Amino acid sequence: MALLKNPQILIASDLRDGEALFLGADGWARDHKSAAVARDSQEAAALEARGKGEIAANRVVDVYLADVGLEADGSPTPLHYREKMRIKGPSVRPDLGKQARAAQSGDAK
Amino acid sequence: MTAHDPQQAARPNTPTTTYLYDNYDTAFVRERVAEFREQVRRRLEGATTEEEFRPFRLMNGLYLQLHAYMLRVAIPYGTLTARQMRSLADIADKWDKGYGHFTTRQNLQFNWPKLVDVPDILEALAEVEMHAIQTSGNCIRNVTADHFSGVAADEYEDPRPTAEFLRQWSSLHSEFSFLPRKFKIAVSGAAQDRAAVKVHDIGLRVVAGPGGEPGYEVYVGGGLGRSPFVGKVVREFLPREDLLAYLEAILRVYNRFGRRDNKYKARIKILVHETGLDQIRAEVEAEFAAMDRTPFAHDAEEFARIAAFFAPPPYETLPAQSEALQSAKRENPAFAAFAEVNVSAHKIDGYAIVTVSLKPTGGIPGDATSAQMRVLADASEKFGFGELRVSHEQNIVLPHVKKDDLFALWRMLDAAGLATANVGLLTDIISCPGLDYCSLATARSIPIAQAISRRFKDEERQREIGRLGIKISGCINACGHHHVGAIGVLGLEKKGQESYQITLGGDPSLSASVGELLGPGVGADQVADVIEHIVDFYLSERQGEERFIDTWRRLGHARFKDVLRREGENGADI
Ligand code: HEM
Ligand code: SF4
Repeated sequence: MALLKNPQILIASDLRDGEALFLGADGWARDHKSAAVARDSQEAAALEARGKGEIAANRVVDVYLADVGLEADGSPTPLHYREKMRIKGPSVRPDLGKQARAAQSGDAK
Repeated sequence: MTAHDPQQAARPNTPTTTYLYDNYDTAFVRERVAEFREQVRRRLEGATTEEEFRPFRLMNGLYLQLHAYMLRVAIPYGTLTARQMRSLADIADKWDKGYGHFTTRQNLQFNWPKLVDVPDILEALAEVEMHAIQTSGNCIRNVTADHFSGVAADEYEDPRPTAEFLRQWSSLHSEFSFLPRKFKIAVSGAAQDRAAVKVHDIGLRVVAGPGGEPGYEVYVGGGLGRSPFVGKVVREFLPREDLLAYLEAILRVYNRFGRRDNKYKARIKILVHETGLDQIRAEVEAEFAAMDRTPFAHDAEEFARIAAFFAPPPYETLPAQSEALQSAKRENPAFAAFAEVNVSAHKIDGYAIVTVSLKPTGGIPGDATSAQMRVLADASEKFGFGELRVSHEQNIVLPHVKKDDLFALWRMLDAAGLATANVGLLTDIISCPGLDYCSLATARSIPIAQAISRRFKDEERQREIGRLGIKISGCINACGHHHVGAIGVLGLEKKGQESYQITLGGDPSLSASVGELLGPGVGADQVADVIEHIVDFYLSERQGEERFIDTWRRLGHARFKDVLRREGENGADI
């Protein structure tokens, strides 16, 4: 299978509250670090297929693949600044969004 | 019931100066809330798909953004009562995150509602005669009006009865719920245009006819977005009794010829541009002449009924000058600056219009906390007949304040961080939410506004620079009006980075013009520098009292472009 230019993860919005979610091994995570990483086009297609199922099950909306880089520990970080925003929250309100929860609990999950 | 209902007025300082729903409106809004509650329930149960649900959600002003849903609440013609403002504050606290964002379309946006709560929010809004209908979708959107309606010293007629009249006509117009694209109407009734009528699909100015009777100057085909156009006069004088029929004719021509094949070409501005004004005028006049006008016959009684809601509040008879104001200004320079910059002439002696800036140094343009909304509601009751306005510049207006009360009002505002004296000046920046919230954005816009605001925070310097509008959009859709900013900033993506194009010479008023691109984009941290160079150049070149826009028009593009070129030699990425 063709290797991807960059590894990818699957992002969606929670149907109930619109929060950005990341598809992990056992379902959706609120923390991108738990996202399952696709390294080749077959894995990416598998993620997308699961995403379609999740849309059909009415759990999420607005599902798409996003390019990531991998940290030393193997966890993914989005490459594009748009998704970098989505893993945190508004850059002008550090007290809101995922970043606020991370700051409060020391754990973004 | 009149706008200043005697029953309400019997309670001190709590009149309701706005259109009040009749039974029909109330039933309609309630029905819509109930309908949406059912639609949300079915969606959350999985009985409908997103594709099926999305149009309903948008019809009720609910968008999906980057971090959450966003609910857009209409503030028709920008008029709010204290009670409505308090209700918005309560909603912000109960279902959102304690703040709201006032927008350029005289709307309020909540950035964090949960889908399941939205029906309750809409119900709370309906309690105070508000809703989110027609804030989205390809319909006739919330009709906007001059935020100084009814009070401006230069006004010929209050445009709000016309706006409300049009709202009623357009709200239930089934034929116009599925237009080729969204449709925006703005109305102004004063010599000076504060409603940006020339950049709307249809712009109306209430003017006097040959016999002194009120009618309209009609502009068509203005708009911003990816291809900006200044609206053109399609009818110099339209008698009032022809208003609905004529607009109906315009809409029909648009509906018939407007392009549905390409979303980007579907606005009426493209039709006017591609077909030519004369041809469009001929089509509209032909439709107007041929159509059955009976259903649109002017109902003068209904117009008068609506107009009565906007009757002036019970003003006192006061001297034109206020001694108290003069001495407070002498004693307090900060207040004197506020009085000079944020206070405008009122048509009634002894009263003034106060614009409260939602642009503190380094703040987020248009954001107000729930606590600030309550202070504004209290201030309006204490000093302004319980009435507020939202301006398309994303500020709040207290339209009837006694000059004698200005100092006390200022102190109250100052204590709540609401006394920034920058209205109309450089840091009174319009900015769309950009990539901090908006899913369509290509770059952030709020941090750019904040950087400029900090750079130019010295209010004395701003007063010296004079009137200068900076407007920022986070993508080509131009929600931040950058095309009509004297200095416009457009955030784009260039090689994987946020990049900002700067335009100069835009003007939203009756002398409307679209800004011209100064040169290639610059990085986020260079925007404030470039603007500083442009401003310095203007200050060195201006003659007498010349405004920025006049100096630009006199000197032309090439001279200003040199500034950016010089900036480039100093290392900017251009
Ligand atoms: C979820 C957020 C938003 C979305 C999805 C959105 C979407 C759009 C789109 C697609 C356009 C281009 C329309 C066209 O040319 O056909 C547009 C234009 C515009 N929007 Fe927004 N917008 C958003 C937020 C805002 C905000 C916050 C404001 C007010 C501050 C605003 C006011 C406007 C204005 C004034 C225009 C351009 C004027 C015109 O229609 O010609 N929008 N918007
Ligand atoms: S201009 Fe673009 S980024 Fe800004 S609010 Fe409109 S759609 Fe969003």
